[in-house]
Amino acid sequence: MSGAPPAVAIEAGRLSKRFGAKTAVDKLGLTVRQGEIFGLVGPDGAGKTTAMRMLASVMLPDEGTVTIDGVDALAQPERAKRHLSYMPQRFGLYEDLTVDENIRFYADVFEVPSDAWRARADALLAMSGMAQFRQRLAGKLSGGMKQKLGLACSLVHTPRVLLLDEPTTGVDPVSRREFWQILYSLRAEGVAILIATAYLDEAERCDRLAFMNEGIMLECDSPDALKAHMPGAILDVISTDPHAVRDAVASLPGVRDVLIVGTGAHVHVDDAKQALPRIMEKLGASGIAASGVSETPPSMEDVFLAFVRGRGKPAP
Amino acid sequence: MTTASPQIVAQALVKRFGAFEALGGVSFEVAPGEVMGFLGPNGAGKSTLIRILCGLLRPSSGRALVAGIDVAKDPEGVRKRIGYMSQKFSLYNDLSVIENLRFFGGIYGVPRQDMEARLRFAVDMAGLAGQEDSLVATLAGGWKQRLALGAAILHRPTILFLDEPTSGVDPQSRRRFWNLIHTLGAEGVSVLVSTHYMDEAEYCNRIALINRGRLVALGTPAELKQRSLGGELLEVRCRNLGAAIEALRRAPGVRDAAVFGSTVHVVADPAANYRAGLAHYLAGHGIADAGVRPIAPTLEDSFVSLVQASSSAAEAR
Amino acid sequence: MRLRRVRAITVKESLQIVRDPRSLMIALLIPLMQMFMLGYGINLDIMHIPVCVMDREASQDSQGLLHRFAASRYFDVRRAAGSEADIRRELDSGDCSVAVVIPAGFSQGIGDTGAGEVQVLVDGTDSNTANISASYARAVISAYSADMQSAALRRKGAVATTATPVDTQARVWFNEELESRNFIVPGIVAMVMAIVGAQLTALTIAREWERGTMELLMSTPVEPMELMLGKLLPYFVVGMVDAAICLALAVFWFHVPFRGTLGLLLFTTSLFLLVVLCIGYYISVAIRSQVAASQIALLLTMLPTTLLSGFAFPIEQMPAFVRGVTYLVSARYYVTIVKAVFLKGTGAAGLAVPILCLAVYAAAVTLLASRAFRKTLG
Repeated sequence: MSGAPPAVAIEAGRLSKRFGAKTAVDKLGLTVRQGEIFGLVGPDGAGKTTAMRMLASVMLPDEGTVTIDGVDALAQPERAKRHLSYMPQRFGLYEDLTVDENIRFYADVFEVPSDAWRARADALLAMSGMAQFRQRLAGKLSGGMKQKLGLACSLVHTPRVLLLDEPTTGVDPVSRREFWQILYSLRAEGVAILIATAYLDEAERCDRLAFMNEGIMLECDSPDALKAHMPGAILDVISTDPHAVRDAVASLPGVRDVLIVGTGAHVHVDDAKQALPRIMEKLGASGIAASGVSETPPSMEDVFLAFVRGRGKPAP
Repeated sequence: MTTASPQIVAQALVKRFGAFEALGGVSFEVAPGEVMGFLGPNGAGKSTLIRILCGLLRPSSGRALVAGIDVAKDPEGVRKRIGYMSQKFSLYNDLSVIENLRFFGGIYGVPRQDMEARLRFAVDMAGLAGQEDSLVATLAGGWKQRLALGAAILHRPTILFLDEPTSGVDPQSRRRFWNLIHTLGAEGVSVLVSTHYMDEAEYCNRIALINRGRLVALGTPAELKQRSLGGELLEVRCRNLGAAIEALRRAPGVRDAAVFGSTVHVVADPAANYRAGLAHYLAGHGIADAGVRPIAPTLEDSFVSLVQASSSAAEAR
Repeated sequence: MRLRRVRAITVKESLQIVRDPRSLMIALLIPLMQMFMLGYGINLDIMHIPVCVMDREASQDSQGLLHRFAASRYFDVRRAAGSEADIRRELDSGDCSVAVVIPAGFSQGIGDTGAGEVQVLVDGTDSNTANISASYARAVISAYSADMQSAALRRKGAVATTATPVDTQARVWFNEELESRNFIVPGIVAMVMAIVGAQLTALTIAREWERGTMELLMSTPVEPMELMLGKLLPYFVVGMVDAAICLALAVFWFHVPFRGTLGLLLFTTSLFLLVVLCIGYYISVAIRSQVAASQIALLLTMLPTTLLSGFAFPIEQMPAFVRGVTYLVSARYYVTIVKAVFLKGTGAAGLAVPILCLAVYAAAVTLLASRAFRKTLG
């Protein structure tokens, strides 16, 4: 790619928020460029929604800075809001209004010129396969369709920045896939997208992501880089007696954790080359039948937990 | 698994709420000691199915046998033999850990001589030893889930129904919870778990994929991944994703090509042998820097293929 | 302030009102129900008092007196008692609230000493009614007694003059028949509007919180004033329609006389409506649950309006401290205005003080409500 890197669309520095004694978000800093999909990934209670609300200027931070498309969002929140679209967890739809009426409402709120929003609405609805549902009440749509309508409403004024708070929770996989295809096409148009999710497997679909846990950002990088830098490795042990495997292996040196899965166990070890023979020896000595022990690529959840564990205790 | 008779049997279960069909003919069996997962999005019918099997809802048609008892004919009998953990947290926030357990022990009719031992077992299982007198409201999500599980098994049921037990729980607690489920399975308890997290399929012995009230597939995770994709899955990396997709969609033997993160996932006919030849094909279409490697399909890939296959089959009819 | 956004919010709100059965019910059914229930239910006139009589003499004189009771519209002679025990039972059970006992020797007494004795027993449990019943009974008896006197004088050949030294001529202005309904029904209009107006707006913002749309609105450029204006407008229209229905019912169904100007009535009604709508809006912003907002709105409007606005219980009779509190109740000014416009036909000049108070109240509450909504959480 030639030329300078794309402009920074979202920038947050030392963003913090406390509720009483609890620190919900602790000095969060991140940068998202135009044409990038950035994931804020972490379990419930990690502080994702609070962070999103501060970025959308719906909540005032206790300290820190937020810049949207070059606008200081703390000094000029209303101006910043014109550059972004925020889709909260419940999509922000009016259930008593039809699909068309919902889109029209948001077009009016953002003062999109009449011919512009009509054309845009047609395109968005056609792309989501919702064209024949225009007169249906939003409350009567399925979960996947509500999600797409929510997205259409947030895109009608062609924002440069899109903030999505857990938009795919509980939605069927087919709709989730279609949703992401829409996000990819927006990315190609140069929109900066920040998406919060508790689904660790969704993290793989992002260009870059930040792991959040208990208000703190643990790591921030592309999915591949995170996997490469994951402390340790995962060994897949195939066995019909996973409990015995766990009991035998858990206390071996260099073993951080054992997870029982349907086919056997996944063992998180410090070093695959050293651990593999050690484990096979132990299983053999204990008389536990294992039809295979091999290194397996980690899932995003493995990576996340490895980093969480990494913070907690020092390596043995 | 043993060849003992199945603990749970469902035969063509149908449930309608007015005009809406929540379940459209679901059939399956669960053996003793088996951990069976029901995966599907919100509204797929998972909670409805569990409620029918617990005797809380009457099926519109079809039959279900739990521990050999017909759920429609003797719901009370069923409830004595099962443990149930509902989707919403159902312990009392303003009671302590031990008060909650005692209450449920009493409700489930745990015999007095066993009570203390069972209470101790539940507390230890949840990892709450030393915190018996803490109010439940002060516990974090993961602890509450384990405690709720403890409450559900005080009376040693042989069948356990867990409705989305890991929703909203952090990954570490989620894994710990699944370890507990497997321990119970090893003791011979049949566990039926529903979830909308596709990656939890890995934890189950067998899984049923459910969508819009119907079973899309039933089998072990490995079986499902293998048979459903209809081809091999390849990952293509290059700088110009847009151009790559254009070229790939025109390639013969390519069934599907879609963006995924900063790569393209391609489903290809194994006969075309693109594992070896795709990079070459792309170079011939102006993309010189493509890296191609095979990757393992996720369960979500399987789910999507199966759903698309079944709906196109329905349309063909 | 962008008109387009205000219009968008108004359109959205109107569609939601029309499509939500709960709002519609509040808006249309409840005013009708209240008007009918209270209009017919509250009747402060004491009429048809149930009486039981015991005539120990059964003479022409005694029967004449009892006949007066039967003929009076204030009394309703239910039964003739046979003994004291009977009378006690009737009064105890509440079947009768007054008993008239004429002793044997009644006419004799009149003939001998010129004075006959009649015993009237009254159930004093409800002291208000008892007082009035007793005085009505006394009136019937003294009217009969006066007639007996002039009849006796005529028999003796004298000219009958029943002139008493001082004669009072009482004329009732504005509500000649002293129909309690005439002064209650206008007050009911105030109460209905206070309740309905606040209920409608109390739900509106709380509903957006509950459905999750408020968070999204806060992230858009919409301004708090635009939101308030857009939301209040449709409810204002609904409220005025309700007011018109209630006022029409008052005039054409309950036949309350209307002597004032319609324009003044509508102007002051819209002021009062603005007040209650803003109160409801404020509650809605402060409380994010629809159920709680609805209950608090009811509490804050129904109780003060019923007890402290002067609609049924006169303010003048209240202790000084409570009278002071009524100045804070906006319904008080409106009730004063409505009654005056209906029954007295007073113009704006005569009502300047309450109108001004109402206007100030409206301005204050509007300001409070517009400031209440902030576009940030926490």
